[in-house]
Amino acid sequence: MPNAKIIPIHGEEPIVPRLVDDLEPDVFARLREFWEFVQSRLAGDYSVDDLGFDPEFNDKVLMALVRPLYKSWFRVEASGLENIPDAAGALVVANHSGVIALDAVMTQVALLDEHPVHRHLRMLGSDLVFQSPFLGEIARKAGHTLACHPDAERLLSDGEIVGVWPEGYKGIGKPFAERYKLQRFGRGGFVAAALRTKTPIIPTAIVGAEETYPMIANATVVARLLGLPYFPITPTFPLLGPLGLLPLPSKWFIHFGEPIPTDQYPDNAADDPMLVFNLTDQVREQIQQTLYRLLLQRSSVFG
Amino acid sequence: MGRVVLVTGVARYLGGQLARILSQDPAVDQVLGVDVVPPKVNLPGMQFVRADIRNTVVHMGVIATPRQAGGRATMKEINVIGTMQLLAACQRTPSVKALVVKSTASVYGSGPKAPALFTEEMQPRHAPRSGWAKDSVEVEGYVRGFARRRPDVAVTTLRFANFIGPGIDTAMTTYFSLPVIPTVLGFDARLQFIHEDDGLEFVKRAVLGSYPGTFNVSGNDILMLSQAIRRTGHKRVALPEFLFTPFGRNISRAGLIDFTTEQVAFASFLARREVSVA
Repeated sequence: MPNAKIIPIHGEEPIVPRLVDDLEPDVFARLREFWEFVQSRLAGDYSVDDLGFDPEFNDKVLMALVRPLYKSWFRVEASGLENIPDAAGALVVANHSGVIALDAVMTQVALLDEHPVHRHLRMLGSDLVFQSPFLGEIARKAGHTLACHPDAERLLSDGEIVGVWPEGYKGIGKPFAERYKLQRFGRGGFVAAALRTKTPIIPTAIVGAEETYPMIANATVVARLLGLPYFPITPTFPLLGPLGLLPLPSKWFIHFGEPIPTDQYPDNAADDPMLVFNLTDQVREQIQQTLYRLLLQRSSVFG
Repeated sequence: MGRVVLVTGVARYLGGQLARILSQDPAVDQVLGVDVVPPKVNLPGMQFVRADIRNTVVHMGVIATPRQAGGRATMKEINVIGTMQLLAACQRTPSVKALVVKSTASVYGSGPKAPALFTEEMQPRHAPRSGWAKDSVEVEGYVRGFARRRPDVAVTTLRFANFIGPGIDTAMTTYFSLPVIPTVLGFDARLQFIHEDDGLEFVKRAVLGSYPGTFNVSGNDILMLSQAIRRTGHKRVALPEFLFTPFGRNISRAGLIDFTTEQVAFASFLARREVSVA
């Protein structure tokens, strides 16, 4: 076929080298970026805030580790992000479940990845977290602090998004049969903190976390021996050993609800226990109603 | 009449530097220095200069390093009994118009139940139970008592973060100059520092001006222990907590560093320290 077009094998623009050229700047830039990151970390050349929050380490390492869990394992669907302010402080109050508080971590990912201005969630944890080796260290680096008035109010008045799980261990350590039934909401300390700093409360409902580790029993003797608030027995743990630590891949929904404003109350409102109780109940009720609504909407646990 | 300042603890680094700085200042007529000299002699506390011309007393004499002081018993004697005697003398001296006391942010203690940041009016959740920090708590208690009994005296208490700098020698600087720095596995402390010159400047201003009250004195921002070690370029070895104390005790017994048992608890404190000041 003399008329056939000749395609040169070694033409003027070889395909393979061009691909490398296209890739080169990007790949090398990224490698260089990564190397510079490692170097600056090793030299201690980064800054942490007063509470020990290391935003660089959190965003580039910790969040990168849990993001696959958020995206692929639980396939979290977050909604109501418009209720979270862009710059001001707010108090996110959510239901707690699932034995190891993965719900808190997923809420953190939701706010960082899906909020338009990528907000960091600063959680308030129990003292048990901060006395545990590794856990306490990582929690501090991820920006969390002890649930106490001074720290909570400092963060809120600095315009941070603060996360609190008022059910505490009663929530994460509750049996599977009681899933999505909110436990008592502590002593309402979080409401007092919001009132004092006049920041809105965002009642937040998390669906899916309660099925990750269905706790069928609590080995109280083991818990007491280990000094833990509970020791979970699930269908897979401790039966299957480490494999039992794998959470079930339930489908998750996180809804950040309508904010409850606190700035219309007088300055000393936090000292009125009745008001604090009423607001606590209002927050709890709003979360419970949202939970029921989300549960009705989901097609199945593993959706 | 100008200002006559009495400085305690002048045989030690900070006290000595302060006395030097103050004596060069035109606003100060005379500086009287007091210390237990030589420091290793077990004297029952401070010596006092009977001179009622002094009107400002600076108490820099609270010691943090027992090896330099000649043992923990001597250190406690100097810190607590010395302060009591100094305050007793001040109370009897009508010309004393100002008292400046060097204290430490360690009075806030440290532990998992403590807030991340302490302001001056906050009460400790884990009060220090030993060593220099406990001495400082007691010293502050006596100073408060003195302030109640002599309301005419302007009392300034300065709670300093960890001193650091080229001249000063503390357990903290010793710790950071170890070639291999031990830390507690699974914990990373938040640390605050103040440069020795900045600290002295603060004391000087408190002496020359009038700032009654209690103040936290620290550099801005914090460093994580791991980060601070990386910046020194030294190696870090993380030991489990149960190994940390015996390890520290042995190197201190070998005389390598100025750590007593409670200073090892210090390193463990240091490595788990959760206190910073705002």
